[in-house]
Amino acid sequence: MGLLTNLRDSITRVTDRLFADDEPKRIGIYGPPNAGKTTLANRIARDWTGDAVGPESHIPHETRRARRKENVTIERNGKTVTIDIVDTPGVTTKVDYKEFLDHDMEKDDAVKRSREATEGVAEAMHWLREDVDGVIYVLDSSTDPFTQVNTMLIGIIESQDLPVLIFANKVDLDDSDVKRISDAFPQHETVPLSALEGDNMEEVYEKIAEYFG
Amino acid sequence: MPEATTPDDGDSGDGVRLDLISGARMEGLTSMEKIRLILDSVRDGDIVVLEAGLSPEEESKLIEVTMTEISPDDFSGIEIETYPSTHQPNQGLMGRLLGKEESPNKLTVIGPANQIETLHKDEDLISALVSRR
Repeated sequence: MGLLTNLRDSITRVTDRLFADDEPKRIGIYGPPNAGKTTLANRIARDWTGDAVGPESHIPHETRRARRKENVTIERNGKTVTIDIVDTPGVTTKVDYKEFLDHDMEKDDAVKRSREATEGVAEAMHWLREDVDGVIYVLDSSTDPFTQVNTMLIGIIESQDLPVLIFANKVDLDDSDVKRISDAFPQHETVPLSALEGDNMEEVYEKIAEYFG
Repeated sequence: MPEATTPDDGDSGDGVRLDLISGARMEGLTSMEKIRLILDSVRDGDIVVLEAGLSPEEESKLIEVTMTEISPDDFSGIEIETYPSTHQPNQGLMGRLLGKEESPNKLTVIGPANQIETLHKDEDLISALVSRR
């Protein structure tokens, strides 16, 4: 296939997905466990609707089922975008209930949490193929981004031709290294932020309006 | 689905079995047959090495199906590493617009999460520790 044909098809796929109708775009917040996805979802939802999306915790897999906050309208620099934020469980290839026992959890509760987490990840993976219009990929900027799960997920998102923004979260931490993330995924724009502290949220909203609006 | 099963060569004792699966064998299978072939081996405690890797769609389905099969004290999931990395730093927007696909010549190692641990990985080397069952 020639350059122009490929270029036209690629643009058509992206624009068809984004402008097929006036419905809010479903923007999935994806990333590994404990990257701060729910903290970010709550920050965005509170800033623009006054309500939170779900509880936050330092224990992995606090978000076991995807949660949606509908009709979040973001306005920046003359651009307005209305999105449904879909906060998803942290994607992983393994879940061992024993890791929850280290967080003072009883075995039955740990097993239950593990089962819910696996169902949530399976659902999130299915939705990624079928039911989202764009992706915010959240990474903890204080940890190594070169993991197989991150590489696989970014590859899967690219193969779906989904618009994706990479957010380097937790810049308030001493070990934060945003360049490590932008170097890992140079083909995508990386936006630094602290969802917990609210740092750089202006740029976050500008990029959301620009990418998904 | 006769192709989606691995031959059982009997008890491998205390050792760890490696299944090295050629690209030619995988080529003739559907996505779900590939995933079944991988997960059946891994759930038996074997390490699977794929000569040709999986497509992004198949990787996505592999994660999804793996999640549905995790159970306490039995199967905690998979460890997976790919060489060369599916990450291609030089493939920018134009590369994707031009339709460049990632190299099919990637080698993928998949094993039980409770038995295989990646010690080191860079662009030329995967170093993994495999424990006995």
